[in-house]
Formats: sequence, structure tokens, C-alpha cells
Amino acid sequence: MSMMLRGLMGACAMTALAAPALAETLTIATVNNGDMIRMQKMTKPFTDANPDIQLEWVTLEENVLRQRVTTDIATKGGQYDIVTVGNYEVPIWARQGWLLALEDMGADYDAADILPPIAEGLSLDGKLYAAPFYGESAMIMYRTDLMEKAGLEMPERPTWDFIYDAARKMTDKSAEVYGICLRGKAGWGENMAFLTSMGASYGAPWFDMEWKPQFSGEAWKKALTDYVAIMNEAGPPGASSNGFNENLALFQTGKCGMWIDATVAASFVSNPKDSTVADKVGYALAPEGEKPQMWLWAWTLAIPSSTDAPDAAKKFVAWATSKAYTEQVAAEEGWANVPPGTRTSLYENPAYLEAAPFAKPTLDSIMSADLKNPTTVEVPYIGTQWVGIPEFQALGTAVGQQFSAALAGQASVDQALQMAQQIAEREMARAGYPK
Amino acid sequence: MARKISDTRRWGFTILAWGVAFLIFFPILWTILTSFKSEADAIASPPKFLFFDWTTQNYAEVQSRSPYFRHFMNSVIISVGSTLLGLLIAIPAAWSMAFQPAKRTKDLLMWMLSTKMMPAAGVLIPMYLLFRSWGLLDTRFGITVVLMLINLPIITWMLYTYFREIPSEILEAARMDGASLKNEILHVLTPMAVPGIASTLLLNVILAWNEAFWTLNLTTSKAAPLTTFIASYSSPEGLFYAKLSAASTMAIAPILILGWFSQKQLVRGLTFGAVK
Repeated sequence: MSMMLRGLMGACAMTALAAPALAETLTIATVNNGDMIRMQKMTKPFTDANPDIQLEWVTLEENVLRQRVTTDIATKGGQYDIVTVGNYEVPIWARQGWLLALEDMGADYDAADILPPIAEGLSLDGKLYAAPFYGESAMIMYRTDLMEKAGLEMPERPTWDFIYDAARKMTDKSAEVYGICLRGKAGWGENMAFLTSMGASYGAPWFDMEWKPQFSGEAWKKALTDYVAIMNEAGPPGASSNGFNENLALFQTGKCGMWIDATVAASFVSNPKDSTVADKVGYALAPEGEKPQMWLWAWTLAIPSSTDAPDAAKKFVAWATSKAYTEQVAAEEGWANVPPGTRTSLYENPAYLEAAPFAKPTLDSIMSADLKNPTTVEVPYIGTQWVGIPEFQALGTAVGQQFSAALAGQASVDQALQMAQQIAEREMARAGYPK
Repeated sequence: MARKISDTRRWGFTILAWGVAFLIFFPILWTILTSFKSEADAIASPPKFLFFDWTTQNYAEVQSRSPYFRHFMNSVIISVGSTLLGLLIAIPAAWSMAFQPAKRTKDLLMWMLSTKMMPAAGVLIPMYLLFRSWGLLDTRFGITVVLMLINLPIITWMLYTYFREIPSEILEAARMDGASLKNEILHVLTPMAVPGIASTLLLNVILAWNEAFWTLNLTTSKAAPLTTFIASYSSPEGLFYAKLSAASTMAIAPILILGWFSQKQLVRGLTFGAVK
């Protein structure tokens, strides 16, 4: 074998070995949601266009993910290049310098197309720190047949009183049909997501402008009294253990007349593959009290400042949250399956509006959410179904346990509110508020 | 003289034993059954026990979504590696505590055990920072060492208990016959303590296999064992019970099979010295 041939073969071998070594691996932490899992299966166009980038997915349960990512980012562990976070964390983490600002996302990214309430919640000082993958608000999903049987017609946005009246009339406990299903399981992202937004609708904030907890106020008493009363009268048994998934299961099996929860549930309850009531579901805007019940959540993709591949990470985030990705999902899986609630253009698309009957109430709910003014009085925090302070996860869960106990009959409404007030005062003093 | 047990009582005890065994096994059985249901059947009320449309769809989906074999290999390497490493340290330690006790041996044993009472979350951040500084995050070596350290008190305690049952006169006789320390431990003590060592090994492999806190926090993808594989199937929004059950069944199957085939050894080891 000639020297030249050997040299060429050697060079080829070196090139072959070097190619994978040059490829950059992006580790992406995500949650096990339908839209996220679909994205994992649809990355071929991205990897084909970027052969130098490999994707490594780490899917974790929501709370485990939150704990794991927080530990890693806070200690600059650098284990993740892209993380899936909610709009609760984004402003808090951005303020800490834990996230990279998402600038220069490419000419065709069209950041101005992102729904204004969603973009506002993900920005700090005018800079976007996370790109929304899908967004959601709250709406009422109800059984049209049971509503008709009760002799009622659901308004576009009902009052709480209408909901309570309808729930009582739709209940038939002997047939295991319960007029209303609401979250009761303790947790800041479970019952407190619902009760924080319901309370705000009654004019009950978490804190006043001096950060003093407000659970001793009349508005909270009325909200919690109504919630416990209607759940006892027209809710399913064991409601204090029910979260999103338990209520989804109840609704899909025909045991709930109405369910007020995240708009993402609409695609599940209207899917005939899993839902026995898919053809009997109607949608309405979340109820109104002193103010409409507001809710705004977005699962987003953010880039930790500890990543060693910021450019590749930005390229992926731009692709996954682009209009082109939405069109790719629509082409392969149909318009009803595209990630909802992030872009204005999606709600101007006739094909989407036709495929998703819940599109209009979803958009209206998102657009009516005001993160800075969630209730009737001025508050020092942002957030509709959460309070945008780092202490809220622990505090929300502690208060949620008291409210769950009230629902289970282990404490009275007054006792639960008194305990909530004590816990909140203690924790806020410990955390050094007002700051 | 052994007491005579009437047939009625014998039957009573037999039924009671089977009943208790069924109760203990039921969650595993339910998980396995649920893994063959559709998501709709998995949440059906009243629950469907055997009469549902059996499907292997969940297994197919789990297989297509996750690199099961990589997680499985990581579990094997981490659990067996940490146990063997632990035995290597614990056998000489337990020998010295059982046959050459010092004044503070009992205190030392209690202190070792007391480290198990410390909440793991309390040392997560310092541990994470150490791992980050040493470049051990998401490495099999790093997590193997951590699991070895976590289980070391249990391994040492178990071996110490077994070694205490062996008459020290036998070891003295070996020494008088000129056996070196190495020969004494390897050729005299170890063969007599094989049931104890085997059950310690098996129990610690199971403990390391099931360990979820450290494996979830210190591994990401390359070194992630089956615990992280299971954790990826829980969903905050959307039904997941059937797929989670399929993932759980796939994760526990190897250890169940190991336990089934080694149950005799396990029971023998755990009751070693209980009856004299």
C-alpha cells in the first residue's frame, strides 16, 4: 500500500472519528405533557438542518423537574442547556441572572406575534427570557346534555351564582353525576391555583401593598365558604384528593356536570378516543364575581446562563416555538394538536379555528388575564393563580393544606382561614417582607 | 417438646399467611394489570380487574420513547457496583468490630447507623457542589460511590450481626494453625458467613436499585438508572397511569426475577442465627 493511500485512509478515519466529537449535544429538561412528547418525536427537521447538534431529552415529573433544575441552575451545575419552566419561575429566575435573554432569535421568529399577556409574563425590563411553547388559561367545560336537562343555558361568561345554581340542578348522586368538579388536592399548583384565582375574582388578594396577608378579610371568607359549600352539595366524594388528573378522569367518564380548569383540558375531554362524553362538551369563559376569574400559565423553553452551548440552544428554542413548527405539527398530526395559546397568528388561522371548537374561549380567557391586576384591589405582586415571589411554592402548599382540610371537613372555614393567616404572617416575616 | 397444632389452626394460619402475602403483593399485581389497560380502562370506576381489553400498546410506546436498555444497564452497574464496593470495605470493618472490639465499637456502630437518620435533602446542595467541582455529575462512578456510602452503614451492621454468630474459637483455632489475617478472613470466616454475605449483597442490590433521591438528583441522562426512567412517565396534565405502570413493570421486573430466584438464600440469610 502506497504511503499516499495510507495517509488518505488515515485522514478519512480521523475525519470519521472527529465528526461526532464536533457535534454539540443539547440536554433538554422537560415535563411529560402531550405537546412536549410530540415535540420530541418531531425534531427530525431540526436535526437534519443542524447535523452538528444532537438532542438529549430528560423528561421528569413536574415537581422533580422544578427541584432538579433549580438545584442545577442555582449551583451553576451546567447539566441542562434548555429547561422547560412555567411563567411563574421565569421573572424570578431572570432577576437572579439564571436565564439568558432571548435576543436575536432569527429574522422569521416574529416575537411580536406572541400573545401580549404571555409575552409580558416572560419578560423583564423589556427583554424576553423564555419562549412560550404553549399557553393556557382557565375555562368552564360543561356537559351540554345535563345543562339542557337542568333547563339552563350557559352564558358566555356566567356569574359564580349561576355556576352554583347549575351545579345543584345538574347533580344526581344516585347516578354518580356531580354538578361540579374542582381541584381540592393540596398544593400551590393544585387547589391553590384554583382558589387563588377564585379568591381574586371575589376581590380577595393574598397580600395588601404592605405585604400583609389578607386571609382574615371578608372576601376570602365568602370565597372559601362558597367553595366548600358547593363542593359538599354538588361535588364528587373525596374531592379533597382531586387534582387536575383526577377531575379529568371524572369528567371523561361522565361523572361531572361542569369542570373549571386549565384550557388545555379541552383537547382531552373532546377527544373521543379517551372521553366518553366527547360529543357533549360545551365551553364557556371562567366565572365572574367582582372581577372575572383570571388564569394564565405558559410552559416555556428557557436557556440557563450556565449552559456551554448558548447559540445552539437558542437555535433550538427558536425552532421549537416558531410558526414553522406549528405548521409542521398541523401537517403531520392535524390542527387540533398544535401547541395552543402562544401566537396571535394561530387564532387568525381559519383551519385552526375550525378544528378546535375551544379556540375562541381559550384566546378570550388568555387575553383577559391581567397579571399585574388580578383582583379588585391593588397588589404588590404579579400573578393570577399564583403569586410571583420565590416563597410562594412553600407558602401556597402550606395554605393549600388548610383549605383542603376545610373541604375534607377536618376544619371549619374560619379555622382554615385563621391558620392560613398565621402561616402566611409567619413565613412572610421570616422571609423579611416588606422588602 | 414441640407443641401439636390442630388442623384447624394450621389451616387458619395458612389462609392468614396467604392473605397477608396477597395484600403485600397486590400493589405490584395491580401495577402489572394496569400496564395492560388503555388509559381509559386504567381510570375506570368501578375498577376493572381482569375483564378489560388487554393491550401491549403501553409497552410499545414506552419502548419507542425511552432508551430502556441504557437505563437498565446503568441500574445494574450502579447497584451491583455500589454493593460490591461496599462489601469490600464492610467485610474487614465488620470483622474487626465483631472479633477485635475496642472500647468504643458499639458507639461507632450506633454513629454509623445514625447517619441513615439524616434527611438526604439536607446535604443535597453541598453534595451537588462537590460533584460539580469534581466533574462527577451524571457519571456512573459518582453515583456508585454515593450509593455505596449511603448503604455502607447497613452493610456493615448486617455483616457485623452475622459475624457475631460465628464462634470466635474457630478463628482462634485457624490462627493457632498459622493462618494469616487474609487467610482467616478469606478461607475461614467468609465461607461460614456466605449466607449472611449473600443476603447482605442481595438486599443492598435491591436497596441501590430502588434508590430514587440521589439517582434523580445527581444523574441526568448518561448515568441515569431506571428510577429516572419511571419518573419521566408521570404527567401533571393528562392521563398517564397505564404508561407509568408499563414503565414501572419494566423497571421492577429484573429485581423481582432476581428476588424470586434467590428467595431461599435471602430468607436463609435474614434468619441466620435467629434459631440456635
